[in-house]
Amino acid sequence: MTTQGCAAPEQTVALPAGIDLATQSVIQGVVTGVGTAYARLLDHSGEFTGEVVVSEEGVFRFFAAPGDWTVRIIASGGITKDIPVEAKLGEVAKLSIAL
Amino acid sequence: MSRSAALVDADWVEANLDTPGVVLVEVDEDTSAYDKGHIRTAVKIDWKKDLQDPVRRDFVDKAGFEALLSERGIANDDTVILYGGNNNWFAAYAYWYFKLYGHDNVKLLDGGRKKWELDSRELVTDVPSRPATSYTAQEQNLSLRAFRDEVVASIGKQNLVDVRSPDEFTGKLLAPAHLPQEQAQRAGHVPTARNIPWSKAANDDGTFRSDDDLKALYAGEGVDFGKDTIAYCRIGERSAHTWFVLHELLEQANVKNYDGSWTEYGSLVGVPVELGEAR
Repeated sequence: MTTQGCAAPEQTVALPAGIDLATQSVIQGVVTGVGTAYARLLDHSGEFTGEVVVSEEGVFRFFAAPGDWTVRIIASGGITKDIPVEAKLGEVAKLSIAL
Repeated sequence: MSRSAALVDADWVEANLDTPGVVLVEVDEDTSAYDKGHIRTAVKIDWKKDLQDPVRRDFVDKAGFEALLSERGIANDDTVILYGGNNNWFAAYAYWYFKLYGHDNVKLLDGGRKKWELDSRELVTDVPSRPATSYTAQEQNLSLRAFRDEVVASIGKQNLVDVRSPDEFTGKLLAPAHLPQEQAQRAGHVPTARNIPWSKAANDDGTFRSDDDLKALYAGEGVDFGKDTIAYCRIGERSAHTWFVLHELLEQANVKNYDGSWTEYGSLVGVPVELGEAR
Protein backbone atom coordinates (compact mmCIF):
# COMPACT_ATOMS: atom_id res chain seq x y z
CA MET A 1 0.00 0.00 0.00
CA THR A 2 1.15 3.51 -0.63
CA THR A 3 0.50 6.60 1.39
CA GLN A 4 1.77 8.97 -1.23
CA GLY A 5 -0.18 12.17 -1.47
CA CYS A 6 -2.92 12.92 -3.91
CA ALA A 7 -1.11 15.67 -5.74
CA ALA A 8 -0.73 15.18 -9.44
CA PRO A 9 2.65 14.01 -10.66
CA GLU A 10 4.53 16.00 -13.27
CA GLN A 11 2.66 15.87 -16.58
CA THR A 12 4.86 14.43 -19.34
CA VAL A 13 4.23 12.89 -22.76
CA ALA A 14 5.91 9.59 -21.82
CA LEU A 15 4.21 7.45 -19.19
CA PRO A 16 6.03 7.52 -15.84
CA ALA A 17 8.57 4.74 -15.34
CA GLY A 18 7.18 1.61 -13.77
CA ILE A 19 3.65 1.98 -15.07
CA ASP A 20 2.23 -1.24 -16.52
CA LEU A 21 -0.09 0.05 -19.24
CA ALA A 22 -1.83 -3.33 -19.41
CA THR A 23 -3.48 -2.52 -16.06
CA GLN A 24 -4.29 1.12 -16.80
CA SER A 25 -6.85 3.06 -18.83
CA VAL A 26 -5.03 6.24 -19.71
CA ILE A 27 -6.45 9.49 -21.06
CA GLN A 28 -3.77 11.85 -22.26
CA GLY A 29 -3.73 15.04 -24.26
CA VAL A 30 -1.93 18.12 -25.45
CA VAL A 31 -3.45 21.57 -25.12
CA THR A 32 -2.30 24.40 -27.37
CA GLY A 33 -3.20 28.03 -27.71
CA VAL A 34 -3.37 29.04 -24.04
CA GLY A 35 -1.06 29.90 -21.18
CA THR A 36 -2.04 28.61 -17.76
CA ALA A 37 -4.59 25.80 -18.01
CA TYR A 38 -6.08 23.03 -15.91
CA ALA A 39 -7.45 19.71 -17.14
CA ARG A 40 -10.36 18.27 -15.19
CA LEU A 41 -11.75 14.75 -15.62
CA LEU A 42 -15.51 14.32 -15.23
CA ASP A 43 -17.22 10.94 -15.01
CA HIS A 44 -20.26 9.79 -16.99
CA SER A 45 -22.55 11.78 -14.68
CA GLY A 46 -20.50 14.95 -14.98
CA GLU A 47 -18.97 14.59 -11.52
CA PHE A 48 -15.40 15.72 -10.84
CA THR A 49 -12.97 12.82 -10.71
CA GLY A 50 -9.55 14.43 -10.98
CA GLU A 51 -7.70 17.55 -12.03
CA VAL A 52 -4.15 18.36 -13.07
CA VAL A 53 -2.25 21.45 -14.04
CA VAL A 54 -1.42 21.29 -17.74
CA SER A 55 2.37 21.25 -18.12
CA GLU A 56 4.34 24.01 -19.80
CA GLU A 57 4.38 21.76 -22.90
CA GLY A 58 0.59 21.53 -22.77
CA VAL A 59 0.47 17.90 -21.59
CA PHE A 60 -2.02 16.31 -19.19
CA ARG A 61 -2.78 12.71 -18.21
CA PHE A 62 -5.35 10.76 -16.24
CA PHE A 63 -5.44 7.14 -15.10
CA ALA A 64 -9.13 6.43 -15.46
CA ALA A 65 -11.22 3.30 -15.64
CA PRO A 66 -12.66 1.88 -18.87
CA GLY A 67 -15.70 3.86 -19.99
CA ASP A 68 -16.93 7.27 -21.07
CA TRP A 69 -15.40 10.40 -19.61
CA THR A 70 -15.26 14.12 -20.27
CA VAL A 71 -12.08 16.19 -20.12
CA ARG A 72 -12.75 19.83 -19.23
CA ILE A 73 -10.04 22.36 -19.97
CA ILE A 74 -10.17 25.47 -17.76
CA ALA A 75 -7.84 28.27 -18.83
CA SER A 76 -7.16 31.86 -17.96
CA GLY A 77 -9.40 34.37 -19.67
CA GLY A 78 -12.51 32.45 -18.64
CA ILE A 79 -11.98 29.74 -21.24
CA THR A 80 -13.70 26.39 -20.64
CA LYS A 81 -13.90 23.53 -23.13
CA ASP A 82 -15.34 20.02 -22.69
CA ILE A 83 -14.12 17.05 -24.74
CA PRO A 84 -15.79 13.62 -24.50
CA VAL A 85 -13.44 10.64 -24.54
CA GLU A 86 -13.61 6.86 -24.11
CA ALA A 87 -10.96 5.12 -22.03
CA LYS A 88 -10.04 1.49 -22.68
CA LEU A 89 -8.02 -0.90 -20.55
CA GLY A 90 -4.43 -1.18 -21.74
CA GLU A 91 -4.68 1.82 -24.05
CA VAL A 92 -3.83 5.49 -24.08
CA ALA A 93 -6.68 7.65 -25.41
CA LYS A 94 -4.92 10.64 -26.95
CA LEU A 95 -6.50 14.06 -27.33
CA SER A 96 -5.27 17.12 -29.16
CA ILE A 97 -7.01 20.29 -27.99
CA ALA A 98 -6.52 23.66 -29.63
CA LEU A 99 -8.04 26.68 -27.87
CA MET B 1 -15.53 30.78 12.78
CA SER B 2 -17.32 32.06 9.72
CA ARG B 3 -16.64 32.76 6.08
CA SER B 4 -15.26 36.23 6.82
CA ALA B 5 -13.03 34.88 9.59
CA ALA B 6 -11.78 31.85 7.69
CA LEU B 7 -11.36 33.12 4.12
CA VAL B 8 -9.68 36.02 2.36
CA ASP B 9 -9.86 36.79 -1.34
CA ALA B 10 -7.09 37.53 -3.79
CA ASP B 11 -7.62 41.29 -3.67
CA TRP B 12 -7.16 41.23 0.11
CA VAL B 13 -3.95 39.24 -0.25
CA GLU B 14 -2.55 41.62 -2.87
CA ALA B 15 -3.30 44.56 -0.57
CA ASN B 16 -1.67 42.89 2.44
CA LEU B 17 1.45 41.30 0.97
CA ASP B 18 3.68 43.60 3.01
CA THR B 19 1.48 44.03 6.07
CA PRO B 20 3.45 43.23 9.24
CA GLY B 21 2.04 40.23 11.06
CA VAL B 22 0.57 38.69 7.92
CA VAL B 23 2.43 35.61 6.68
CA LEU B 24 1.56 33.98 3.40
CA VAL B 25 2.27 30.25 3.17
CA GLU B 26 2.02 28.07 0.07
CA VAL B 27 1.36 24.41 0.87
CA ASP B 28 1.78 21.72 -1.73
CA GLU B 29 2.89 18.16 -1.83
CA ASP B 30 5.14 18.99 -4.74
CA THR B 31 7.15 22.09 -3.95
CA SER B 32 8.22 22.46 -7.57
CA ALA B 33 5.06 24.53 -8.01
CA TYR B 34 6.35 27.02 -5.43
CA ASP B 35 9.83 26.94 -6.92
CA LYS B 36 8.52 27.75 -10.41
CA GLY B 37 6.59 30.75 -9.11
CA HIS B 38 4.73 31.78 -5.97
CA ILE B 39 2.94 34.79 -4.53
CA ARG B 40 5.48 37.40 -3.50
CA THR B 41 6.38 37.17 0.23
CA ALA B 42 5.02 33.61 0.50
CA VAL B 43 7.07 30.94 2.25
CA LYS B 44 6.51 27.27 1.50
CA ILE B 45 5.54 24.22 3.49
CA ASP B 46 5.88 20.78 1.94
CA TRP B 47 2.82 18.70 2.78
CA LYS B 48 4.85 15.51 3.07
CA LYS B 49 8.37 16.46 4.09
CA ASP B 50 7.39 19.12 6.60
CA LEU B 51 4.12 17.89 8.06
CA GLN B 52 4.48 14.08 8.13
CA ASP B 53 6.59 12.02 10.52
CA PRO B 54 9.44 10.57 8.42
CA VAL B 55 9.11 7.09 9.95
CA ARG B 56 5.64 6.43 11.36
CA ARG B 57 2.41 7.24 9.55
CA ASP B 58 1.50 10.24 11.65
CA PHE B 59 2.04 13.97 11.91
CA VAL B 60 5.19 15.63 13.11
CA ASP B 61 4.85 15.98 16.86
CA LYS B 62 4.36 19.24 18.77
CA ALA B 63 8.09 19.86 19.01
CA GLY B 64 8.45 19.23 15.29
CA PHE B 65 5.67 21.66 14.45
CA GLU B 66 7.23 24.27 16.70
CA ALA B 67 10.59 23.81 15.02
CA LEU B 68 9.03 24.05 11.55
CA LEU B 69 7.14 27.27 12.19
CA SER B 70 10.05 28.81 14.07
CA GLU B 71 12.38 28.07 11.17
CA ARG B 72 9.91 29.51 8.62
CA GLY B 73 9.67 32.71 10.64
CA ILE B 74 6.05 32.33 11.76
CA ALA B 75 5.16 33.72 15.17
CA ASN B 76 2.29 32.77 17.45
CA ASP B 77 0.50 36.08 16.90
CA ASP B 78 0.92 36.14 13.11
CA THR B 79 -2.08 35.93 10.80
CA VAL B 80 -1.27 32.98 8.56
CA ILE B 81 -2.79 32.96 5.06
CA LEU B 82 -2.59 29.52 3.45
CA TYR B 83 -2.96 28.77 -0.22
CA GLY B 84 -1.99 25.95 -2.55
CA GLY B 85 -2.70 23.95 -5.65
CA ASN B 86 -5.26 21.20 -6.17
CA ASN B 87 -8.12 23.57 -5.32
CA ASN B 88 -6.55 24.25 -1.91
CA TRP B 89 -6.62 20.58 -0.85
CA PHE B 90 -3.26 20.71 0.87
CA ALA B 91 -3.77 24.25 2.09
CA ALA B 92 -7.03 23.13 3.73
CA TYR B 93 -5.17 20.20 5.22
CA ALA B 94 -2.55 22.59 6.58
CA TYR B 95 -5.31 24.86 7.89
CA TRP B 96 -6.79 21.93 9.81
CA TYR B 97 -3.28 21.02 10.98
CA PHE B 98 -2.59 24.57 12.23
CA LYS B 99 -5.89 24.46 14.12
CA LEU B 100 -5.00 21.05 15.51
CA TYR B 101 -1.87 22.56 17.07
CA GLY B 102 -3.74 25.60 18.35
CA HIS B 103 -2.89 28.34 15.83
CA ASP B 104 -6.25 30.10 15.67
CA ASN B 105 -5.39 33.05 13.46
CA VAL B 106 -5.23 31.23 10.16
CA LYS B 107 -7.19 31.74 6.94
CA LEU B 108 -7.39 30.30 3.45
CA LEU B 109 -6.97 32.27 0.24
CA ASP B 110 -10.26 31.52 -1.52
CA GLY B 111 -9.51 29.68 -4.75
CA GLY B 112 -5.87 29.17 -3.82
CA ARG B 113 -3.13 29.06 -6.38
CA LYS B 114 -5.50 28.10 -9.18
CA LYS B 115 -7.68 31.21 -8.93
CA TRP B 116 -4.58 33.34 -8.57
CA GLU B 117 -3.12 31.83 -11.75
CA LEU B 118 -6.36 32.02 -13.71
CA ASP B 119 -6.57 35.71 -12.75
CA SER B 120 -3.04 36.12 -14.19
CA ARG B 121 -1.83 37.69 -10.96
CA GLU B 122 1.88 38.10 -10.22
CA LEU B 123 4.04 35.10 -9.31
CA VAL B 124 7.73 35.43 -8.45
CA THR B 125 10.64 33.06 -7.92
CA ASP B 126 12.54 35.08 -5.30
CA VAL B 127 12.34 33.33 -1.94
CA PRO B 128 11.64 35.72 0.94
CA SER B 129 13.83 35.72 4.02
CA ARG B 130 12.05 35.76 7.35
CA PRO B 131 13.88 35.90 10.68
CA ALA B 132 13.41 32.80 12.83
CA THR B 133 10.92 32.89 15.70
CA SER B 134 10.36 30.86 18.85
CA TYR B 135 6.98 29.36 18.06
CA THR B 136 5.06 27.55 20.81
CA ALA B 137 2.34 25.08 19.79
CA GLN B 138 -0.49 23.65 21.86
CA GLU B 139 -1.13 19.97 22.37
CA GLN B 140 -3.19 18.48 19.52
CA ASN B 141 -6.88 19.37 19.73
CA LEU B 142 -8.27 15.90 19.17
CA SER B 143 -11.83 17.18 18.94
CA LEU B 144 -10.89 17.89 15.31
CA ARG B 145 -9.30 14.52 14.46
CA ALA B 146 -10.96 11.13 14.10
CA PHE B 147 -9.24 7.77 14.48
CA ARG B 148 -10.28 4.42 13.03
CA ASP B 149 -12.10 3.03 16.07
CA GLU B 150 -14.28 6.11 16.18
CA VAL B 151 -15.11 5.68 12.50
CA VAL B 152 -16.18 2.07 13.04
CA ALA B 153 -18.25 3.11 16.08
CA SER B 154 -19.95 5.82 14.01
CA ILE B 155 -21.33 3.44 11.37
CA GLY B 156 -25.08 3.86 11.28
CA LYS B 157 -25.02 6.40 14.12
CA GLN B 158 -23.25 9.58 13.05
CA ASN B 159 -22.70 11.34 9.74
CA LEU B 160 -19.92 9.73 7.74
CA VAL B 161 -19.05 11.82 4.70
CA ASP B 162 -16.91 10.20 2.05
CA VAL B 163 -15.64 13.07 -0.08
CA ARG B 164 -13.89 11.02 -2.76
CA SER B 165 -15.13 10.85 -6.32
CA PRO B 166 -18.13 8.57 -7.00
CA ASP B 167 -15.92 6.03 -8.77
CA GLU B 168 -13.63 5.76 -5.74
CA PHE B 169 -16.67 5.52 -3.45
CA THR B 170 -18.29 2.69 -5.39
CA GLY B 171 -15.02 0.80 -5.72
CA LYS B 172 -14.40 1.37 -9.43
CA LEU B 173 -11.22 3.35 -8.75
CA LEU B 174 -8.76 3.03 -5.86
CA ALA B 175 -7.21 6.47 -6.17
CA PRO B 176 -7.88 9.82 -7.82
CA ALA B 177 -7.78 9.57 -11.58
CA HIS B 178 -4.56 11.52 -11.98
CA LEU B 179 -2.69 8.78 -10.08
CA PRO B 180 -1.87 5.26 -11.31
CA GLN B 181 -4.41 2.74 -10.04
CA GLU B 182 -1.94 0.51 -8.22
CA GLN B 183 -2.83 0.48 -4.54
CA ALA B 184 -3.30 -2.89 -2.87
CA GLN B 185 -6.02 -2.13 -0.34
CA ARG B 186 -9.68 -3.04 -0.70
CA ALA B 187 -11.92 -0.77 -2.69
CA GLY B 188 -15.25 0.60 -1.49
CA HIS B 189 -16.47 2.76 1.38
CA VAL B 190 -17.46 2.72 5.05
CA PRO B 191 -21.03 1.42 5.35
CA THR B 192 -23.64 4.17 5.85
CA ALA B 193 -21.27 6.85 4.54
CA ARG B 194 -22.77 9.42 2.21
CA ASN B 195 -20.77 10.20 -0.93
CA ILE B 196 -20.49 13.96 -1.19
CA PRO B 197 -17.40 14.68 -3.30
CA TRP B 198 -15.35 17.61 -2.04
CA SER B 199 -15.61 19.11 -5.52
CA LYS B 200 -19.31 19.83 -5.05
CA ALA B 201 -18.29 22.48 -2.51
CA ALA B 202 -16.10 24.34 -4.98
CA ASN B 203 -16.60 26.35 -8.12
CA ASP B 204 -14.56 25.56 -11.24
CA ASP B 205 -12.03 28.25 -10.28
CA GLY B 206 -11.45 26.64 -6.90
CA THR B 207 -13.36 29.19 -4.80
CA PHE B 208 -15.92 27.96 -2.30
CA ARG B 209 -19.60 28.05 -3.15
CA SER B 210 -21.92 30.29 -1.14
CA ASP B 211 -23.01 29.32 2.37
CA ASP B 212 -26.59 28.85 1.20
CA ASP B 213 -25.47 26.55 -1.62
CA LEU B 214 -23.27 24.57 0.77
CA LYS B 215 -26.01 24.14 3.37
CA ALA B 216 -28.40 22.95 0.69
CA LEU B 217 -25.77 20.58 -0.69
CA TYR B 218 -25.03 18.73 2.55
CA ALA B 219 -28.61 18.72 3.81
CA GLY B 220 -29.80 17.48 0.42
CA GLU B 221 -27.30 14.63 0.47
CA GLY B 222 -28.47 13.39 3.85
CA VAL B 223 -26.16 15.05 6.38
CA ASP B 224 -28.04 15.49 9.67
CA PHE B 225 -26.72 18.72 11.15
CA GLY B 226 -27.93 17.57 14.55
CA LYS B 227 -25.37 14.76 14.60
CA ASP B 228 -21.59 14.59 14.82
CA THR B 229 -19.75 14.24 11.51
CA ILE B 230 -16.58 12.50 10.35
CA ALA B 231 -15.20 13.31 6.90
CA TYR B 232 -12.74 11.06 5.11
CA CYS B 233 -11.18 10.56 1.69
CA ARG B 234 -8.05 8.62 0.74
CA ILE B 235 -5.37 10.23 2.92
CA GLY B 236 -7.18 13.10 4.62
CA GLU B 237 -6.46 16.17 2.49
CA ARG B 238 -9.60 16.29 0.35
CA SER B 239 -11.61 15.61 3.50
CA ALA B 240 -9.80 18.51 5.18
CA HIS B 241 -11.37 20.65 2.44
CA THR B 242 -14.81 19.34 3.46
CA TRP B 243 -13.97 19.66 7.17
CA PHE B 244 -13.16 23.32 6.44
CA VAL B 245 -16.54 23.78 4.75
CA LEU B 246 -18.58 22.12 7.49
CA HIS B 247 -16.68 23.31 10.56
CA GLU B 248 -15.34 26.69 9.52
CA LEU B 249 -17.72 28.05 6.87
CA LEU B 250 -20.98 26.46 8.03
CA GLU B 251 -19.93 26.55 11.71
CA GLN B 252 -21.05 22.99 12.46
CA ALA B 253 -19.82 21.71 15.82
CA ASN B 254 -18.26 18.28 16.25
CA VAL B 255 -16.87 17.77 12.78
CA LYS B 256 -13.72 15.65 12.61
CA ASN B 257 -11.33 14.81 9.81
CA TYR B 258 -10.26 11.15 9.60
CA ASP B 259 -6.75 11.49 8.21
CA GLY B 260 -6.18 7.74 8.19
CA SER B 261 -8.95 7.70 5.60
CA TRP B 262 -9.34 5.01 2.99
CA THR B 263 -5.67 4.02 2.81
CA GLU B 264 -6.04 2.95 6.45
CA TYR B 265 -9.66 1.82 6.60
CA GLY B 266 -9.48 -0.08 3.33
CA SER B 267 -6.58 -2.13 4.68
CA LEU B 268 -8.03 -2.98 8.11
CA VAL B 269 -8.83 -6.59 8.90
CA GLY B 270 -12.33 -7.36 10.07
CA VAL B 271 -14.10 -4.07 9.44
CA PRO B 272 -17.22 -3.81 7.27
CA VAL B 273 -16.78 -2.49 3.74
CA GLU B 274 -19.52 -1.68 1.27
CA LEU B 275 -19.32 -1.58 -2.52
CA GLY B 276 -21.51 0.25 -4.99
CA GLU B 277 -23.84 3.17 -4.48
CA ALA B 278 -24.71 4.54 -1.04
CA ARG B 279 -27.60 2.64 0.58
